[in-house]
Amino acid sequence: MSDDRNTAASGPSQRNVEIGLAILIGIFGLTIIGGAIKAGIGWGFDGPQAGFFPFYVGLLVVVASAVTLYQELTATGSKKIFADWGQLKQVLSVAIPTLVYIIMIAFLGIYVSSVALIAYFMLVISSFSYLRTALIAILVPLLTFIVFEKWFLVALPKGPLERMLGY
Amino acid sequence: MEEIGNLFHGFATVLAFRDMNIFGYTMSIPFNVILMVIGIVLGIIIGILPGLGGANGVAILLPLTFSMQPTSAIILLSCIYWGALFGGAITSILFNIPGEPWSVATTFDGYPMAQQGRAGEALTAAFTSSFVGALFAVILITLIAPLVAGFALQFGAAEKFAVYFLAFASFVGLSKEPPFKTLAAMMIGFALATIGNDQITGQLRLTYGTTELIAGFDFLIAVIGLFGIGEILLTMEEGLSFKGREAKMNLSIVLQTWKKLAKYWWLSLRSCIIGCWMGITPAGATPASFMSYGIAKRISKNGKNFGNGEIEGVVAPETAAHAAGTSALLPMLALGVPGSPTAAVLLGGLLIWNLQPGPMLFVENKEFVWGLIASMYLGNVVGLIIVLTCVPFLAAILRIPFGIIAPIILMFCSVGAYTVNNSFFDVIMMFVFGILGYVLKKCNYPLAPLVLAMVLGDRAEEAFRQALISSNGSLGTFFSNGLVSSIMTLGLIALFWSVISAGIARIRGTNAATAA
Repeated sequence: MSDDRNTAASGPSQRNVEIGLAILIGIFGLTIIGGAIKAGIGWGFDGPQAGFFPFYVGLLVVVASAVTLYQELTATGSKKIFADWGQLKQVLSVAIPTLVYIIMIAFLGIYVSSVALIAYFMLVISSFSYLRTALIAILVPLLTFIVFEKWFLVALPKGPLERMLGY
Repeated sequence: MEEIGNLFHGFATVLAFRDMNIFGYTMSIPFNVILMVIGIVLGIIIGILPGLGGANGVAILLPLTFSMQPTSAIILLSCIYWGALFGGAITSILFNIPGEPWSVATTFDGYPMAQQGRAGEALTAAFTSSFVGALFAVILITLIAPLVAGFALQFGAAEKFAVYFLAFASFVGLSKEPPFKTLAAMMIGFALATIGNDQITGQLRLTYGTTELIAGFDFLIAVIGLFGIGEILLTMEEGLSFKGREAKMNLSIVLQTWKKLAKYWWLSLRSCIIGCWMGITPAGATPASFMSYGIAKRISKNGKNFGNGEIEGVVAPETAAHAAGTSALLPMLALGVPGSPTAAVLLGGLLIWNLQPGPMLFVENKEFVWGLIASMYLGNVVGLIIVLTCVPFLAAILRIPFGIIAPIILMFCSVGAYTVNNSFFDVIMMFVFGILGYVLKKCNYPLAPLVLAMVLGDRAEEAFRQALISSNGSLGTFFSNGLVSSIMTLGLIALFWSVISAGIARIRGTNAATAA
């Protein structure tokens, strides 16, 4: 779908991202190999040791990433970009609030944090009116609370507000 | 004809009335049928919304079913799956936005038809084809799954590993992504699965001194992150603009289209067979839909007109996608090897409900298996009726602005990730998987093998090690008898399929060049 991107726009090149990703995957593979060797990759008194299987899995990760890296380094001619800066800004405008939201859950519980998340999206990203924002940002988490805590008796993370209200 | 009897028993299970306490009154209601309708409607909505798909939709709702009876739970969840398969077609045809990857091929001719004012015809064709594909696959499951399961009961550890090998080797050989990227994605999945407690020796491994990693990674977290958060990020990047076509649906359009479709019975049958083949060898619904579209384009006498609103271009991918999506459950039920990410999540559900997937299921949990199979028949009939009657309402969901939908989906993803183990660490991991999913997808790494390897990692490793224990470490055990050697050989052929097919193409030389 996104293959025929306009190459005139600027942004990180697909090649660099591919190379970086292949190296990261290679490091992950080496970490797995390291952990596996620590657990023992030989033949114990009752069969293969715990690290036996992960060792070969890690080895294959390293091999696969090395081949990909080699292919990427030797390939020539493609000026394709990963995504232009405007698109990456769009992605970050969702990714960063999501991270903040997740951190908020730890302190304020999921319901209060959700009110904030929905309000942020509606006000900042889509510029809705305050009234509509308030209505949806409060109703949706409230409904979720009723469905999960009351109907299905699934306890979700709660914060000071819920404690104040006696939950 | 024991199967037929079992199947009717399954229908009875699904249709049974149960006394329920509703608002203080005891009422007798067809509980499973109601779950089925709820599941289908939820599934269609999930299929329509970007960022929610079959796999992570089912993963998010899985925790809600922990307290249900397994049969009711699987009916609810599998109906969400059918609904999601149906829902993808609506957005493809009316909005030119594939709600699911397997409905990308449907946009090629479906959207041009909608532009020409033939949206009703395109939708009817898509839904009917979906139904036909699914029905074909369910009949196949009814007839073949018990036989395969009976056969698989004789499998030892070596044969079990050979089946896993075949499943994963076909991913490398048959997927359209580069083979080494597929291998990398798959092995990352296996590596993540090995973290934590070693099931055989009970030893801790790969925890790197942390306490969070002792419990290991739950694949549901990965599914919600990779397919949920990752998908939302991709949607944001592509910049959403919903400019939908109106859909007029009425009985006469449906009947006229059905009359037309009857002429394409051979196309349907061929697409069903392609779909089932791709679903059982775990290539999945997406490649199945593309392959079926490609072959139809090559064979049809209207092939040149494909892409300009040819009804055959809707029938072929939709039939194959549904046949593949449904038949992906065959190996899951009979062998314990799921054929698609969503089937993998359903398999995860079985483990949570304390059911051991695989051939013993047909012996020990007859009611469950046949209840599920019966619900596939009924669920697809109910699904067809719902989508044919509710299109205008369903299309309206897409007009809800993304600014409202996105945070609500993000909230449900977080809720789903948290409820798997009631762990906050999991919510953070979901976010990490989300970023990873976005980058992997952009770099053409397939996500399905990663998820499948996470689900099956422990079991594949167990089979591998047990086989080695009984053979005292000799790899020859995987070629020690006719059965295991032939499965392994099939696996090797699948693994090197791209090399083999390139060789065949070279031998044929000119023939292949003109046909392409």
